[in-house]
Amino acid sequence: MKRTLLTALAVLAVVPFQSAQAAGDSVTPPHKYWGFHGYDGTYDKAALQRGLKVYREVCSACHSLKRIAFRNLADLGYNEDQIKAIASEYTIQDGPDEEGEMYDRPGIPSDYFPSPFPNKQAAAAVHGVMPPDLSLITKARKYGADYVHAILTGYEAAPEGKKLQPSQHWNKYMPGHVIAMAAPLSDELIEYEDGTPMTVDQYARDVAEFLTWAAEPEMEDRKRIGLNVLLFLTIFAFVMYGVKRKIWADVH
Amino acid sequence: MTDTADKADNENRRDFLQLTAAGMGAVGAVAAAAPLVNSLNPAADTLALSTIEVDISGIPVGESRTVFWQGKPVFIRHRTEEEIKEAQDVDVSALSDKQTDEERVQKPEWLIAVGICTHLGCVPNGSKSTEPRGEYGGWLCPCHGSHYDTSGRIRKGPAPKNLPVPKYEFISDTVVKIG
Amino acid sequence: MGSGTREKFDNPVVDWVDERLPIFTLMQREYGVFPTPKNFNYFWNFGAILMFMLVVMIVTGLFLAMHYTANTELAFDAVERIMRDVNGGWLMRYIHMNGASFFFIAVYLHIFRGMYYGSYKAPREILWILGVVIFLLMMGTAFIGYVLPWGQMSLWGATVITNLFSAIPVVGEYIVTLLWGGFSVDNPTLTRFFALHFLLPFVIFAVVFLHVWALHVTGSNNPLGIDTKGPQDTLPFHPYYTMKDTFGLIVFLIAYAAVIFFFPNSLGHPDNYIPADPLVTPAHIVPEWYFLPFYAMLRAITFDIGVPFTDIVIISAKLGGVIVMFSSILIWVVLPWLDSHPIRSAKYRPIFQKLILILLVDFIFLGYLGAEAADAKYFGIPVNYFGLAATAYYFLFFLVFLPVLSKLEKGREMPPSINEAVTSKGH
Repeated sequence: MKRTLLTALAVLAVVPFQSAQAAGDSVTPPHKYWGFHGYDGTYDKAALQRGLKVYREVCSACHSLKRIAFRNLADLGYNEDQIKAIASEYTIQDGPDEEGEMYDRPGIPSDYFPSPFPNKQAAAAVHGVMPPDLSLITKARKYGADYVHAILTGYEAAPEGKKLQPSQHWNKYMPGHVIAMAAPLSDELIEYEDGTPMTVDQYARDVAEFLTWAAEPEMEDRKRIGLNVLLFLTIFAFVMYGVKRKIWADVH
Repeated sequence: MTDTADKADNENRRDFLQLTAAGMGAVGAVAAAAPLVNSLNPAADTLALSTIEVDISGIPVGESRTVFWQGKPVFIRHRTEEEIKEAQDVDVSALSDKQTDEERVQKPEWLIAVGICTHLGCVPNGSKSTEPRGEYGGWLCPCHGSHYDTSGRIRKGPAPKNLPVPKYEFISDTVVKIG
Repeated sequence: MGSGTREKFDNPVVDWVDERLPIFTLMQREYGVFPTPKNFNYFWNFGAILMFMLVVMIVTGLFLAMHYTANTELAFDAVERIMRDVNGGWLMRYIHMNGASFFFIAVYLHIFRGMYYGSYKAPREILWILGVVIFLLMMGTAFIGYVLPWGQMSLWGATVITNLFSAIPVVGEYIVTLLWGGFSVDNPTLTRFFALHFLLPFVIFAVVFLHVWALHVTGSNNPLGIDTKGPQDTLPFHPYYTMKDTFGLIVFLIAYAAVIFFFPNSLGHPDNYIPADPLVTPAHIVPEWYFLPFYAMLRAITFDIGVPFTDIVIISAKLGGVIVMFSSILIWVVLPWLDSHPIRSAKYRPIFQKLILILLVDFIFLGYLGAEAADAKYFGIPVNYFGLAATAYYFLFFLVFLPVLSKLEKGREMPPSINEAVTSKGH
């Protein structure tokens, strides 16, 4: 009896995890190996730096990354001077000054990545729909980094008989397959200096890793602390079990 | 004898006094609670946004524009000849919420309806001609699959009522005032 | 409280305080020597676990509130600032966010334990009903809390659920406008939800106090469901159950910590990382997992109930769904009277035991159905037919099976006392 009950309860505990996964009707993207997966996974700093390059040279033309400040780039392995240099390449609107006018100045580390459009309507006016902000994209889409990589590499010709509007494109991993974004990447598009292959697949991998970092910058800390917490609790559980056994010894 | 009567009289008076006191206490408590509850109702600034004027001249035939009114999307649809005919030819007695197309529009080419599914408040798709419009050519609610026709009437699915028509008037041929 | 004799304490400071406010006497009596059945299994751990979770939620909630802004323009950004910039903010938020899920895991196990071992039966009816009240308050608090990050699921979940009240005839629309403080779920709604989300845990705390008070009047039930007959059947609460509960709590915390640190978003929905947009409805609105069984019952009613062969509708599908959903919980209030069988524990009621385990499976199945798209099909049959069947079993169990079994079921032979049952098992 006890066993039946325990089995039933185990099922009860597992169900929510699975049913939450079962929801949604997107196409399952291929599962890739990522260095940041697993209980002790970490980000590859070189990949993050390449991913930043892809974002800055391609994605940032249309997509904002408004929750990331230049100071956050320290996580990617840049030192203060490098961060200052990156920040100063951007123009930031500040103000009002003493005359009450807004003015432009070069960026500083505490500034955030400027958005390509002043507001949602302006973005929609150019693109038909607003290109989503990318700071949280891997958390806001099922399959996270796999999804980002799959979308970037999933462009192909529309099947026979499918009529697409000029502003529509066919992507085998987009839910519903029709996507407003044109294929953004092509081989050799971005210059890598460290000898990494300059392919669409590699660009997509790097930018997906970068965006995962952007969405979960705390991940490495989280897993490290988590391992310590679990270790502590497990030892504590054994100690507590010993205490309990000792106290209950005279009852049994 | 008179003693008992006096006593009874006294008791009655006391009962009456106590009841009155309890009653007044209850009235006081309710009166004090009323403004608190009423403060939860829409505030003056919220109510002030209750009318808007929309220029409809730029909406092409067959398309709609969604405007924001009282925090709700309102569909303004420029219907095609075909859509108007479809909406008018429906056998009203077969509908679950019986309304003729004439009751729902002031000018046949313009349908104005609140874009909130009457089931559980989602925004139905179909305003853009590229979106799915459901089996009756109007709107299709993505949440639980309610189909609306070109008059915004519920035709299939769990929603109980037609898309509500807000109060509106045509100020000129190209400007409509909603609310 | 406060009357009666005092204990004597060796520590003079403790004794001095206790003479004036007998709080140590109270603790000693209710948590120290309190006689507790000696045969609890680990299902009796969840009361202590729930108490711990309530404190965790209140404490993390308090600190989160210090960094949160209840305004539709700012709420999402405030939560992201907590996640990125506030020191240890991500940890507090993940503890709180997943704490809701683990609170519900514990409460479901606690409720099921109560049902399985007949803890609701005389003389514990009030204790049970207070528990149902706590569960309802928890549901309200959790639902409101999910709105605060102001993501897409926050907004649309709130819209769908508050709209349920519009099913109430005549005053429904008025009530919904009153709840919203406007004409849609918007800034006034968010602000008042935040105020309520802060208040309700303290209301829960007060009802928990009553729940524990009632427990200490009747004493605990136990897996055998028979009353304690004397000191040979019981143990003092401390140290026996304080230590056992602590051990169980730590095991529970291991699972909780694993989710917080390694799968913090596995119980949530990705759409809630998209800022709320009143003009875009998510393709598929699902409530949090702990509401799914009730959501499935809501959706199972897709037909109007009216006078046959006419168009007269007495209860619309929408109202019917709402009634079914709310009564599925409110039915628990009268459970002590629906089941009047003299035996408490399912251990000695073979038929009841099978039916309640089927109910457990039924409830989990409803949870699966609640997460499916409304137009999904199993084997070509629309899911809401399965939902209807599962809902039917749920209500049949409470309204038909329990009263019938109360009259007809023949129980197994029961041991004469807890002590004899425990010793004969050769512990």
